[in-house]
Amino acid sequence: MDKYFEMIRIRFLMMLAYRTNYYTGILIYSINIGAYYFLWSAIYGSKEHIVGLSMTQMTTYVAVSWMARAFYFNNLDREMAVEIMDGRVAIELIRPYNYLGMKTMQGLGEGVFRLFFFSAPGLIIVYFIFPIQFTWDPSVWGLFAISILLSFLINTELNLLTGITTFFLYNNSGLIRAKRVVIDLFSGLLLPISFFPGWAQEVMKFLPFQGISYFPSMIVTKGFSHHQALEAILQQFVWVILLFLPIQLLWYFAKKQLIIQGG
Amino acid sequence: MFYISMFFQYISQYIKTRLQYRADIFVEFFSDLLSQAINLVFILVVFGHTDLLGGWSRDEIIFIYGFFLVPFAVFSAFFNIWDFNDRYIVKGELDRILTRPIHSLFQIILERIELEALLGAITGLAVMFYAGSRLGLEMHWYDPFLFIVFVIGGALVYGGVFVMIACISFWADARMSLMPMMYNISNYGRYPVNIYNKLIRFMLTWVLPFAFVGVYPAAFFLGKREWFWYSFLTPVIGVVFFVLSVRLWNQGVTKYRGAGN
Repeated sequence: MDKYFEMIRIRFLMMLAYRTNYYTGILIYSINIGAYYFLWSAIYGSKEHIVGLSMTQMTTYVAVSWMARAFYFNNLDREMAVEIMDGRVAIELIRPYNYLGMKTMQGLGEGVFRLFFFSAPGLIIVYFIFPIQFTWDPSVWGLFAISILLSFLINTELNLLTGITTFFLYNNSGLIRAKRVVIDLFSGLLLPISFFPGWAQEVMKFLPFQGISYFPSMIVTKGFSHHQALEAILQQFVWVILLFLPIQLLWYFAKKQLIIQGG
Repeated sequence: MFYISMFFQYISQYIKTRLQYRADIFVEFFSDLLSQAINLVFILVVFGHTDLLGGWSRDEIIFIYGFFLVPFAVFSAFFNIWDFNDRYIVKGELDRILTRPIHSLFQIILERIELEALLGAITGLAVMFYAGSRLGLEMHWYDPFLFIVFVIGGALVYGGVFVMIACISFWADARMSLMPMMYNISNYGRYPVNIYNKLIRFMLTWVLPFAFVGVYPAAFFLGKREWFWYSFLTPVIGVVFFVLSVRLWNQGVTKYRGAGN
């Protein structure tokens, strides 16, 4: 267990060392929040509510969902693809740890770093610029904390799954890109799932994506009741477990048919 | 003349190498198509809840998006320089470029060409025709010509801005990730600028003129008279920004000192 914690720490320190990326990152996220803020205020126009969300709630939703993304987002799929394609994965496999577990821990180290140095200050900055309202109810924030941890797990599992496909497809940069845009839309990052037409919402109930961004953001904006929030968290939890199975299965087959080129 | 023959030689070479890996082209095209589809879905879903966006209808917004795809495709095909810093400065590849007999920027553009990005223009045209027919827009004899001029103008705006950003790495050694930021800002230009506040509108028109890639030129074909003035400014802004960027590049190249061995 110690070595996994060490991995989180190392990633954390690595992120600290490359800070320029992180300053520009804050700017990128603020720009995105700004763009969607103006877009949404144009969409709301003179309307008070759209599907139960007020403009203030919507602004909060946008801000929180982008800042939460900083925590759960990582490039594990791309890192894995690179390691598999240039053969480094061979060395990773003989090391005395679980490769996928280690990748998850690296992602977590990155996420924790961004949570403290990116999301938290970012939210404060955004709070002063845009009309955002936060609740001060600690139980809401508690549920939110559990919920984004589960979002991280779901998103990481999807990344690992995409990463493993490199073993079979050799070049999956297209798939990685496609996965990213699909997640941006269907996770509720760009717009809340409740805005979609009814049939699309029904379909998305059977997909893991809304557990990534929609659930935690709705919890903080109080778009969900306490009961709904608990249900959402339960659903996220089920997905975390469900996604674990195909990963193990694919990983098993991947190791069997792995061919290292060069060396 | 030499430049033109170089251009075609690189293109024929490029096509040969790409046709080796046909599956890649297909996958890339498909993932591009998917991200365009997702942007369209966003517009469609949003207009399920409102009729007008800052005075623009759904089909008009779709038309703007379709137009935007065309100059963006041209830009992505010829200005694939988003990793300029890593590839040419940090790794010292620019040493090799500077020994070549043609202008260094032109050489880099030729090396990094990505013609399959032009497929995005077809999607863009299809989207435009779809939205245009729903809006009942009429084609005039001068429309295709103006369209080409505006597309070139828009692509030059993009090219100019991104070349200028790339130039920063001649002066600053630090690893900068400004490029993704620019991609994000450029998304602003896809929506009507009148929904933004004055400061952002000013920025998008004169500082980082991404509005000239989407909404301004598209407004001409939509017959929005109040924006015509801006529409016709598109090629001017494009040329001005591109010339400025080349000048900056020429300045910057003299500052390049190599990256050791």
